[in-house]
Amino acid sequence: MTGDTRPRTRVSLTVNGRAVEAMVEDRFSLGDFLRRDLALTGTHLGCEHGVCGACTVLVDGEAVRGCLMLAVQADGRHVTTIEGLADADGNLSPLQQAFMDHHGLQCGFCTPGILMTLTAYINESPDADEEALRDALSGNICRCTGYDTIVQAALSVLKPKGGV
Amino acid sequence: MVGRVFFGQSVKRLEDPDLLRGRGQFLDDIQLPGMVECAFVRSPFPHARVGAIDTSDARAVPGVIGVCTARALPDHMHGKRILLQVPSPAITNPLTQEPLATDEVCFAGEAVAVVIADNRHAAEDGAERVIVEWEPLPAVGNVADALKPGAAKTHAAMADNVAARQALGYGDVDAAFKNAAHVVRESYHTHRGTGHPMECRGVVADWDAVDQRFRIWTSTQTPHNTQRAVVDMFNLSEDAVRVITPDVGGGFGPKNQVYPEELVIPVLARMLERPVKWAEDRREHFLTTTQERDQLWDVAAAVDADGKILGIKAALIHDAGAYLPWGAIMPYISASTLPGPYVIPSYKIDATTVFTNMISTTPLRGAGRPQAVFAMERMMDAIARSLGLDPADIRARNLIPADAMPYDMGLTYRDGAPVKYDSGDYPEAQAKALHRAGYADFPARQAAALAEGRHIGIGIGNYVEGTGLGPFEGATVRVLTNGRVAIYTGAAAAGQAHKTTLAQICADELGITPDMIDVTVGDTGKMARGAGTYASRITVNAGSSVRIAAGGVAGKLKALAAAKFQVDPESLELLDGLVRITGTQGDQVSFADLAKMTSGMPGFVLPDGVAPDLEASGYFTPAQATYSNGCHVAEVEVDAETGRVKILNYVVVHDCGNLVNPKLVDGQVQGGVAHGIGNAILENMVYDADGNPLTTTFGDYLMPTAEIVPDCDIIHMQSPTPLNPLGVKGAGEGGTIPAPAAIVAAVENALKPFNIRITECPIRPQRIVQLINAAQQNT
Amino acid sequence: MLAALENARPLAGGQSLMPMMNLRYATPDHLVDLSRLAELSYIEASSPRICIGAMTRQRDLMADVDLMAACPIIAAALRHVGHIQTRNRGTIGGSLCHLDPAAELPGMMALLDATLTAKGKDGERTMAMADFPLGYMTPNLEPHEFLTAVEFDAPPKNHGWAFDEVAERTGDFAQAGCGVLITFNAEKKIDQAKLVLIGVDEDGPRRLGAVETMLTGKAPGDALFREAGAMAAAEPMAEDALVTQAYRQQIAGVLVRRCLTQAAGRAGGAA
Repeated sequence: MTGDTRPRTRVSLTVNGRAVEAMVEDRFSLGDFLRRDLALTGTHLGCEHGVCGACTVLVDGEAVRGCLMLAVQADGRHVTTIEGLADADGNLSPLQQAFMDHHGLQCGFCTPGILMTLTAYINESPDADEEALRDALSGNICRCTGYDTIVQAALSVLKPKGGV
Repeated sequence: MVGRVFFGQSVKRLEDPDLLRGRGQFLDDIQLPGMVECAFVRSPFPHARVGAIDTSDARAVPGVIGVCTARALPDHMHGKRILLQVPSPAITNPLTQEPLATDEVCFAGEAVAVVIADNRHAAEDGAERVIVEWEPLPAVGNVADALKPGAAKTHAAMADNVAARQALGYGDVDAAFKNAAHVVRESYHTHRGTGHPMECRGVVADWDAVDQRFRIWTSTQTPHNTQRAVVDMFNLSEDAVRVITPDVGGGFGPKNQVYPEELVIPVLARMLERPVKWAEDRREHFLTTTQERDQLWDVAAAVDADGKILGIKAALIHDAGAYLPWGAIMPYISASTLPGPYVIPSYKIDATTVFTNMISTTPLRGAGRPQAVFAMERMMDAIARSLGLDPADIRARNLIPADAMPYDMGLTYRDGAPVKYDSGDYPEAQAKALHRAGYADFPARQAAALAEGRHIGIGIGNYVEGTGLGPFEGATVRVLTNGRVAIYTGAAAAGQAHKTTLAQICADELGITPDMIDVTVGDTGKMARGAGTYASRITVNAGSSVRIAAGGVAGKLKALAAAKFQVDPESLELLDGLVRITGTQGDQVSFADLAKMTSGMPGFVLPDGVAPDLEASGYFTPAQATYSNGCHVAEVEVDAETGRVKILNYVVVHDCGNLVNPKLVDGQVQGGVAHGIGNAILENMVYDADGNPLTTTFGDYLMPTAEIVPDCDIIHMQSPTPLNPLGVKGAGEGGTIPAPAAIVAAVENALKPFNIRITECPIRPQRIVQLINAAQQNT
Repeated sequence: MLAALENARPLAGGQSLMPMMNLRYATPDHLVDLSRLAELSYIEASSPRICIGAMTRQRDLMADVDLMAACPIIAAALRHVGHIQTRNRGTIGGSLCHLDPAAELPGMMALLDATLTAKGKDGERTMAMADFPLGYMTPNLEPHEFLTAVEFDAPPKNHGWAFDEVAERTGDFAQAGCGVLITFNAEKKIDQAKLVLIGVDEDGPRRLGAVETMLTGKAPGDALFREAGAMAAAEPMAEDALVTQAYRQQIAGVLVRRCLTQAAGRAGGAA
């Protein structure tokens, strides 16, 4: 282990509202960095080739694949992970609560990525219909649920409160 | 007993609060001080001799700590292979994998060395620099080739590729065929695809040099199997090996046996005296996690003039892959599933299991049943076509009538008991499904669509599924001194919500709410014996055991309180963590106080006949499997020019006896159907003729996505089984089992104008177009 | 920087290169991150000559109102490019340089006869999209060069357009795809038709010049579009372990016919 020459770079970013400074291995993906260096293990790596969506996090509010972005590229950015969805008191976000109410998860491994994808999507498209939601979800694979309860959970958040 | 307050309710899951917040603890989330990580050096060839291995370059990589090959493993491992899960006299070559291959690799991905480094990235760099002298050997890359004269040999030292031969049957098949008005024959090719839980496999091992004990975390469905394997490999006492399942991100079958890594990682932890982690990546998963692939079927049916089946003759060739970790269980299940819900007076099947140079096959959601149901249901459609009858009608003429229950089918199941269907109404299940699917007016809808140039079709899939397999799954229930209740069971969970279901059952027995119960699953340190989560068996086995154990605890609580209040135990009730005289506000004592008294409190004398500690264990041992059943009806639209299939409607009638938590069962069914849709139209693990895998990413191997899977219309029938105290049957696989049969039938029906027969699954767009083109050239 | 480093690769959005690296198919020693070059991210689509910076994200291309008005086929094609998460990072330049045979954006640039600008140690140069692919996933770029911009003429105001592809799931690489731009003259005859196929040729998008010529001056109609489809289906196409040439030919022919029909229906002045 002498002469460790592995290149590292200093990064400063905001993660779940908290300022973070770290020396990160250049080769680390954002997902690696969150999990290994920041111990934010709620972000899961399911394929590491950009298809399954389990690693989805928000960068400046937009859903991105944590396995397809280098940690050094997150320098100066605002990153939100599953650990940042509940409020400061630990109350679930409306979408998280809807997943609980609609049985939107089984093993829970893909769930963080799906919640992050839907959180960004619902912010951008609050009046989406079921077809649009399913299209938005097409970049996240869930092997357990068959998706329907996920879609129902998301639709319940979209529906106007007290509406029809 | 308090009654059924929570049993039957869609109670919210106890698992969710942590999982939704990213606080789950999956295998790769485990971080121990001083832990190192691994990457395996794997064969790039489906079959090769292993020559010299040069590890010097790898050792020079920054971060690399060491490299281990088969020859560097401790002496006690030399020549040892993984335990065979299910031995059987039918197996001619009971060969399992070595922890690391010594001289010969028999599938692409088989490991010959492992590199240890301070992180996975460095370990992979090291693995890339290990130089192995490979001598490629001829390989079998296709189940159809394995039995051909002059075929390559999967294992160089074996005489042929036969792994097992099984013959099952009953009745006089020859007479049936002699007397038949019609004989219908077809051949089928079923491909089962792979499991692909979203979490890959992984192992963390820690050797405590002071206590001389292992702690091993593994992403498995069966921690006790891993424990047995480690005990066997190291010749240790069971007490020295604690296997723990963290949260498991899906199983579906492939996490249901012991893998080489589960032995190699503990060895490394012991050699290095520091914790070692290996977390499989998706590419490794494609190469090294077991699959369930191809079966070739020849089926012949003897039918009388009224369309009643007189007998079935079948031959089955099953692809084992390179080794037999699960023995020959899948072809056996296939063979015993084929007759399904129908009256089949005589039956004969020969099943041959063959080795091929691909990763081994083991039970995967459905475990041999989807293939058998595909063969039987396609045969039903073939008979209907041959006799000019409607597919629903031919089925109705042959379904076992409800008044024939319990029905002895004539075969012996894998548990050694006769295949005796315990309850269910198969004709009613089909009738309900057809009604909901609008089957009666489908021909009119189909004609109207065709007039617009659209091809829509409908298909039926019936099935019966042996579930709730024994021998047992135990449970211990204990009242803790803080008044909370703990359940321990050996059965690991992988998304099925064992904790919620078991807590519901326990809560009713103890008169408390499920949130007062903490459930620990899959820890051999908490439950000494266990079988595992597979074969849709947990609610039946562990659920019944929890009922028994919780009943025992309830009796103890009452006996203690009765002694304290000097009353008859029968006059007491359990409510909200208290024991009190039924219907009164008077004397009462809390669970917590009773737990403290019985935990060894000085001065407290136990009443006569009450054992110390507020704990009881239950081991429910079912007499036989209990049989779930159902009927699926799929409606699809096919783009006949491109071959694309869209599922328009999907109806499921599902009977798994009593429902403990309806929403959870719906989830199992809906998710199971999604898996079946993959098997029907998307998922295809492709190998070239030499056994090189060609679909090793999620871009090439197509998992069903949200825009593909429809919302299933699920109807529950509840035919309670008399075979367990809960009246429940298994629900984990029924969604998957008949789906390929129903969907492929619907695709074929949609393409009726082209007059094609589809005898394979999955059926993908390119193949549909080929079949249409071939049919048009023939006319 | 690219010129100075050994085995260096420019990294745009990373949505193609990162998977290749994670799978260890690509192992560059250095990556030069272009994503901080804000000056390479722009869309100028309000004038007849449309200019797009190479580092413009796919997400931004889909959302640009002017681009949507001038050339709606680009957004239509982008709906088939990966998924939301990859389009949030993926760029037009990255997609062009990766040059996957099934990629939609190279197909669009070929259809629009775009001009590409590359910058390297010797300065800038421009080239036609037709000259950009040199072979399988091999762009016409020196190791020290990177793409800075693409530009193309906005199609005529009343043009018809269509894009469609055959893939088994949303976001998968197309087994074949087709883009069509079409305009009609005052006699309701086809003034100009442009057709491109993707996913059928290892070397990149394929314009169907012979079909375009055949269509010019003719009155639109089912028979004509069938003939165009048949011509396309007769072209030699790629075959790989998973998709046969025959299937690609069949679906390409179907897509050509369907896209022509749809594009003609959308065009102003069509019959």
